[in-house]
This record gives sequence, structure tokens and C-alpha cells, in this order.
Amino acid sequence: MRLNKVFGASVATLALSLSMVACGSDDGDGGSDADGGDLCGKNLAFLGALTGDAGALGQNMVNGIDLALKEYNADNPDCKINLKKFDSQGSPEKAPALATQIINDDTIVGLVGPGFSGESLATGKTFFEAGLPSISPSATNVTITQQGWTTWHRVIGNDDAQGKADAKYLTETAGASKVFVVDDGQDYSKGLAGTVKDALGDALVDSDQISVGDTNMSAIVQAVKSSGADAVFYGGYYTEAGLLAKQLRQGGFKGTFMSGDGSEDPNFVKVAGAEGANDAVLSAPAAPAPADFGATGLYATQAYDATNIFLAAIKDGAKDGQEINEFIGSYTGDGVSGPIAFDENGDIKESKIFAYFVKDGALDVENPEAIE
Amino acid sequence: MDFGNLFGSPENFLSYTMGGLVFGAIYALIALGYTMVYGVLQLINFAHSEVFMYGTFAVAWVFILLHGTGSATWDLGEAVPVLLVALLAACALSAGVALLIERVAYRPLLNKNAPKLIALISAIGASFALAEAMGLRDRFAEVFRLDDNLADYVAPGKARDVFTNPVTIREHDLFTIGGYSLSDIDLVIIVSALLMMVALDQFVRRTRFGRGIRAVAQDPESAALMGVNPTRVVQVTFVIGGLMAGVAATLYMMKVGVTRQNAGFILGVKAFTAAVMGGIGNLRGALLGGLILGVMENWGSAVFGQSWKDVVAFVLLVLILLVRPSGLLGEALGKARA
Repeated sequence: MRLNKVFGASVATLALSLSMVACGSDDGDGGSDADGGDLCGKNLAFLGALTGDAGALGQNMVNGIDLALKEYNADNPDCKINLKKFDSQGSPEKAPALATQIINDDTIVGLVGPGFSGESLATGKTFFEAGLPSISPSATNVTITQQGWTTWHRVIGNDDAQGKADAKYLTETAGASKVFVVDDGQDYSKGLAGTVKDALGDALVDSDQISVGDTNMSAIVQAVKSSGADAVFYGGYYTEAGLLAKQLRQGGFKGTFMSGDGSEDPNFVKVAGAEGANDAVLSAPAAPAPADFGATGLYATQAYDATNIFLAAIKDGAKDGQEINEFIGSYTGDGVSGPIAFDENGDIKESKIFAYFVKDGALDVENPEAIE
Repeated sequence: MDFGNLFGSPENFLSYTMGGLVFGAIYALIALGYTMVYGVLQLINFAHSEVFMYGTFAVAWVFILLHGTGSATWDLGEAVPVLLVALLAACALSAGVALLIERVAYRPLLNKNAPKLIALISAIGASFALAEAMGLRDRFAEVFRLDDNLADYVAPGKARDVFTNPVTIREHDLFTIGGYSLSDIDLVIIVSALLMMVALDQFVRRTRFGRGIRAVAQDPESAALMGVNPTRVVQVTFVIGGLMAGVAATLYMMKVGVTRQNAGFILGVKAFTAAVMGGIGNLRGALLGGLILGVMENWGSAVFGQSWKDVVAFVLLVLILLVRPSGLLGEALGKARA
């Protein structure tokens, strides 16, 4: 029938136009006609969570990268470097396909990222075999640098340091003697919570695990209360951390609530509500940004420093991935986030853990306490 | 395996049970949508989870509209006026989405007498389309060039992130039994769900339209011969499911306060499980199934640990179906007594 044909044709046109709109979105333009030899006009890539449960953290990193690129491109107008963004939503299932896209793109010479530990573990081999150097501003799981991927680096302290510091804070500064540890089962979360549990020793009273996306924490709240815990440590990201903190406080829990760098974000306060978030302690292996730093958010300074290392390599005349990698390996300098030098596994040599506090319904990002 | 944790003290037992009843009540309200559509159409409306999710966004949007985006913490009493408006908005949006699904995803197929399997596939597709559309709400706003005006409502750049209600509703303890304190929000949720269930039950059993629904559930052709308009009945069934989901959405946002574009998925699976457990097509079964599922989840968490919670719930479902394949209460909508 003619009506069916018209209908069918219009559906096809609609589908075609929708796909063109979708493909037309720009995530950074790249590549110009650079003559062989130097890397001017090439691109850096970012792989991480730009949307999703922890999307705010990826946005912070891109803020830092954009700032570094803006400054560099202003100083070197005839050697511009651009950014291509790849949104993995922080998921180790989505990241490998994007990693393949990245290594097949010849204009990309370096990767700032991956953002999270799960996706780092899922894509590290791909990048290593393709020889693409990467510097992660935020992936803290200890096992990543134990895989032998010499192209993988991070400008942030790992969870070994953070977990031990967190346990120390809870037992010494917060004076807790019974700590309940919760995590959400992801690589980063389990790793960090595991280190905290080991470091707590006898102070650990019990532990449990939730799933990402859980909103009903009433069972854990009751378990915490009946265990008599005077502190709760949560390993995971800000959404579940906020829900847990809120329901703990609503349930009458009066002890210390602490979480790691995955929760150190203003969204934690939004999710938990002011009363749920107050007096929470959020640790991060990152110093507060300097007062006049132009990009906001946790990991912005790390991403800025990571980008600057790549830019320094390019300015120094590195011609390919291998030379960039060698430059990174031998780099020493002072970044905005602190002194930077890498050990033979790709870990940063020096790192300090800071405890950030939520006061009066806001996350105080300027006055943390260093955990010694 | 720690039974002592659950049964050891009255406080623990009451806390796990009442906590389970609260979420169980929400599952029950959502399960009503699944069970009613199945009763009338013999079709599982997989897109019902998105009907619920749109309701939760409507609640958050009303709070942003009436209060603004600044964070605040209110008592339940203070929040009642805004909550009532949010309830209306959530019911309206949920019912609207349900009607849209019926019109676009089901009616054309059912009119052509397509196999029920095709309608099921259409349902799954509708579910994904609706969820992703909400995930891309900032892009839609851009297309209509409203992204500046609606920035607070669509949170550009973080579309798949959690969407929080800027107003947190503080829980107050009403009374204490054996060390466990019942909070006002929990009481409101359980009582509201029971009231809605009773109201719906009375509607289906005592009103003329309810009789029409039961007639179409029993035999659509005979019902048409008796003067019942089956199309109208189907539409009203979807609307009722949407209204129940809207109430569930308001209660959920009151308690949890955050939502995201896939918030409906997990809750939808649990609600569907509850509906099947209680007897699909049976309204009281949906209530019973929902409450039992909620309580069993919490008890499972108490005994085995939170990570086993879903395992416990689904093993329970399998066991119940093995013993009673038609579900706990078994009867279908069409067989409800007049």
C-alpha cells in the first residue's frame, strides 16, 4: 500500500538524519597537515568518564587538560596540539572499544588517562602493545603498575599509600577503634578498601560489599549500627558514598564517615544532602589547587601536569611514541600538583595524602589536612 | 552466614524487616503496573520501568521549579505542599508516558494481531529508547534551543550522572519499639502504598469501569459484545499503571532523593519479579510479592551480606515458582470475585 511505502520512506529518512546528527557532534577536532618529523598539529587523547555515575571527575580532568593546552597553544601558535575526548563512562566494559579507536588514530601521540583503575586494567595491554604512552591523572589501583606496561604512568599516588594513610587517619586522628569497611566491588574500590582493611588490623570490626546502582542501604546501615562501629570507611565513588552517608546519618550513626578520592567531589554533598555529608572525611592523594589555578575539581591539577609533560616532550623534539615514553620516564620537575618523577614501574615517586572535610554543607577543597 | 545478625535482637529484626517493607512497598506499587497490563493484555510491559523513571525526574523537576537549585533540608511537614505538587506532576508524566507507550509501541502491533513475542520485543525497544532519551535530555534541549533556560533541569554535560533533588527531606523518628525507631518517611511510604492498593482493589472490584477491566481480562471479544470498549479499557489500564508508578516515584524520591536515567531498570526488574512471585495478573499478588521481596532482600543482606542480596531474592523467586508456578496468590485479574 502506498501509505506503507510513504511511512517506510519517512522512517528511513528519520533514521538517517538522526544518525547524521549523532555523528556530527564534535569531540575535539584534530590533525593538521604537519610535515614529517615534529609532532606539531598532532593530538592528545583523553579516555575517561565524561558522563555516568562518576562523570564529574572526568570533566575535572578535561578542564585541566584544556587549560594546559590553551596555555601551550597561546605560547606556540605555530605548533598547536589538540585534544580528542573519548567517553568511557568510567566503565571497563566500554573502554576497550574506545582504546582500539585511539590506537588506530595516527594523529594521537599520547593519552592523558585512562581516568579510572578498572578501565586502565582493561586497556593497558592494548596501549602497551601499540606503544602509545599514557599518563593517568587519577587511576590509583596498585596492580596496574605491576603488569609490566612500560608505557603506563600516573602522576598520582597509588592506593597502597592512600589506603594506609586512610587507616592511619581513622585510628589515630579520628580515634576510631571499630571500623566498618564497605566497598562496591569495582577494581579501584576493592583495592582501596582492601588496603584499608589490611592496615586497620584489629580495628576492623566488619566489612561488606554493595553494588553500583544500589539505593537501598538500610541493611548495611543496620549492620553498622549493630556492630557498634564508630567509623565507616567506604571505597568507591561519590554517588553510592553519598547515599550511604545520608542513610547512615538518618539511621542515627554518629561516628566518622570516611571515603577515598573517588568520593572527593562536591556531588558527594549534593547526593548526601547537607546533614548527611557534614563532618565526612574524604581523602585524596592530591594537594589543593593553587589559588589562581584556572581549572576546578579533583584531578584537574594532575591532568594539567600530565598534559604539560607530554607538551614538554613534544617541545623537546620527540618524534614518536617511544621517544615520548623515554622522555616521560626520565622526567623530573615540579608540577602544580607537586614534585613529579616516575619510578621504573610508572608510579610517581613522591606522593602525599590529604584529608578533605565537609563543613557547613560544602566540601572544603582549600584547607585539607595532610595525613603524615 | 549470620542468622544471629538478623534474629539476635528485636532492634535488628525490626530494622531489617521494616526497612524491607519500605522498599517492598515501592516495588509493590511498580509491580501493579506490570500485573495490570499483563492481566488485561497478557503482555509484559517492559517499558514500565521507564514510566517509573520519568516520574522520579518529574518529582526532582518540581522541586527545582518551586525551590530552586540551592541545597536545602526540610522536614516532612514543610515539604508536604511541594510533595503534593510533585505527586501530581509525577502521576501526570508517568501516566502520559504510559499512554505514549501504549499508543506507539503496542496498539499498532496488537491491532494487527501480531504474536505476543513481537510486542515483547517492541516493549524492550521502547524501554531502551525512553531511558536513553532521558540520558540525552540535554541534547534534546539543545535541539529546541532551550538549553539555557532548562539548564537546571537537564544538567548539561552530565546527562548520565545522578540527578539529585536539591531538597533533602529529613527523617524524624516517630516512636520506638524494642530499640528500633520508625521514621515518619517510612511510615508514610508503607501507609501510602497500602492505601493506593486498597483504592485500586476497590476500583477494580466495585466500579463499573473496574468490571469492564475484569471483563476484558477474561475475554476481550465477549466484553466488546457486552458493550465494553476494549481500547478504552486498555488505555485506562496503562494510565492506572502509570499513576501507581507516579506515586511510587514520589515515595522513592522522598526516601532516596537521587535518580538517573537507568534508575528504572533495577527497580523494574525487582518489581516484575515481585509481580510474578505474587501471581502475575493478581493485584493483591503484586502487593504481597512486593512486600515479601523487599523483606527477603533485607533479610538476605542481614544473613549473607549485602552482596548476596539479589541472589537471595532471585533464588526465592525460583523456589516459589517451582512449588507454585502460578505464583503465591495465583488468581488472575479476570477471575477476581465481583
